[in-house]
Amino acid sequence: MDNVVSIKQDIKMKSVDLDLYYQDFQALHGINMEIKANHVTALIGPSGCGKSTFLRTLNRLNELIEGTTIKGQVYLDNISIYEKDVDVVALRKRVGMVFQKPSVFPMSVYENVAYGPRIHGVKNRSQLDEIVEKSLRDANLWDEMGSRLNSPAARMSGGQQQRLVIARVLAVDPEVILMDEPASALDPISTAKLEELIADLKNNYTIVIVTHNMQQAARVSDFTGFFLNGRLVEFNRTKELFVNPSSQQTEDYITGRFG
Amino acid sequence: MANDMKDKLLTFMFWLSGLIIILILAGIIGYVVYRGISSLSLDFILQPPSRAGRAGGISTTIVGTVYLTIISLLAAVPIGVGSAIYLEEYAHSQSRFASLVNLTAETLAGIPSIVFGLFGFVFFVIFLGMGWSVLSGGLTMAIMILPTITRTSQEAILAVAREYRENSLALGASRWQTVRKVILPSALPGIVTGIILSIGRAVGETAAIILTAGSSLGMPISPLDPARTMSVHLYIMAMEGISTERAFGTACLIVVLIVIINYLANLSLNRLTRAMS
Repeated sequence: MDNVVSIKQDIKMKSVDLDLYYQDFQALHGINMEIKANHVTALIGPSGCGKSTFLRTLNRLNELIEGTTIKGQVYLDNISIYEKDVDVVALRKRVGMVFQKPSVFPMSVYENVAYGPRIHGVKNRSQLDEIVEKSLRDANLWDEMGSRLNSPAARMSGGQQQRLVIARVLAVDPEVILMDEPASALDPISTAKLEELIADLKNNYTIVIVTHNMQQAARVSDFTGFFLNGRLVEFNRTKELFVNPSSQQTEDYITGRFG
Repeated sequence: MANDMKDKLLTFMFWLSGLIIILILAGIIGYVVYRGISSLSLDFILQPPSRAGRAGGISTTIVGTVYLTIISLLAAVPIGVGSAIYLEEYAHSQSRFASLVNLTAETLAGIPSIVFGLFGFVFFVIFLGMGWSVLSGGLTMAIMILPTITRTSQEAILAVAREYRENSLALGASRWQTVRKVILPSALPGIVTGIILSIGRAVGETAAIILTAGSSLGMPISPLDPARTMSVHLYIMAMEGISTERAFGTACLIVVLIVIINYLANLSLNRLTRAMS
């Protein structure tokens, strides 16, 4: 069983010498990163630096793009997720994802949240009701939408839609939540609510968030990784990385000299 | 100043092109209705033709048209939508088979209908022994509308936001669950549009239908009965000089039928989209 390694208990996910190629183009170069359980890890860097690509390797969503090849390992607890016998559906149930654009399905609020549980075989109505209510409460949306469960999700505001998407992910009961620039389409008030929510969620979930916004990374995260040209230039406690970067490139980026 | 004039002139020209389209459509429909309205009556719709169409109504041709259209849709919609789902959701974009399916659909769309008619005649009517029948005509028609249904379904599926797909898969859904629960419902309006276009084509087709369904004036009951559609009836009334007035009456009903189909399809479409979004 050489695909099982023992990693420190508080490490939820870990990448080891991870390379990723789109056809001939190498998008990730030997990424080594440890993602700590029940903490928020932020990935920052300029456009095209590989931070979103790396995020998508964590739930194998990069496989949807044809011509992608991977070298190296990614572990969830002590399972190597790129082994042949790994069930992608089970993996994605454990590692949920929130995307840049809040993309609610063309269904009611209730059906959006119930979508995941239904897919994974929950049929009992009262059980579904319970999951929907709990997920909406955990996503700080129950007070606003609890009485409007049957209204179309598309009529909600952008900020509400993004929290609905998070509720939809929570309903599947994941362990890790990946967020790909979740606030980039939101106004400042909705963004503040989202950041509040992220702070609440880390008590029960491990969160990895890609963001363009360095203030946001500084506000919400415990650890930060700075990506540049497909390489992880620096990875450290957020406070440390922003106050006292060890690499000149990191310093140039966070002080706004490029990016 | 010169540019300003040019702009105004061009705007006028484009406006004129729009106006010409409206005039052509209004002119044709207006004339058809003007010439045909006198033959229209409840009897014209409900009575079977007699004396080769000189008297009576056109009930059997209305039934023939609807019957044949339904058969062609029953055959073409599952195959067309199915291949569109395969091409957009399952096939790799560089797959040889996928590009072959695409090429075939494109080529099929460009073949003149009479060629399909000849094929249907030789294959369904003679080789498979179905005779001149609603079934032979419906299946021939199905082949003709298949490219339209495939293409429009493909476009509708392609237009579904990539995010839906990713979100569903990221929640741990399988490809099929994603297609069935998210993609198809969102693509439905586009798919229905393709079906409406196809109905229009099936109702309007003449040559290929004469070759495969015949031109019998009897009431088609079994799918193996021969039938005459309204368009075929119109053609024969006009071509054989039986009755120009009755040809216009039939034309008038065809136009009304198409308008009703479009209206109903739009109505159900609006309901569907409202129920979903």
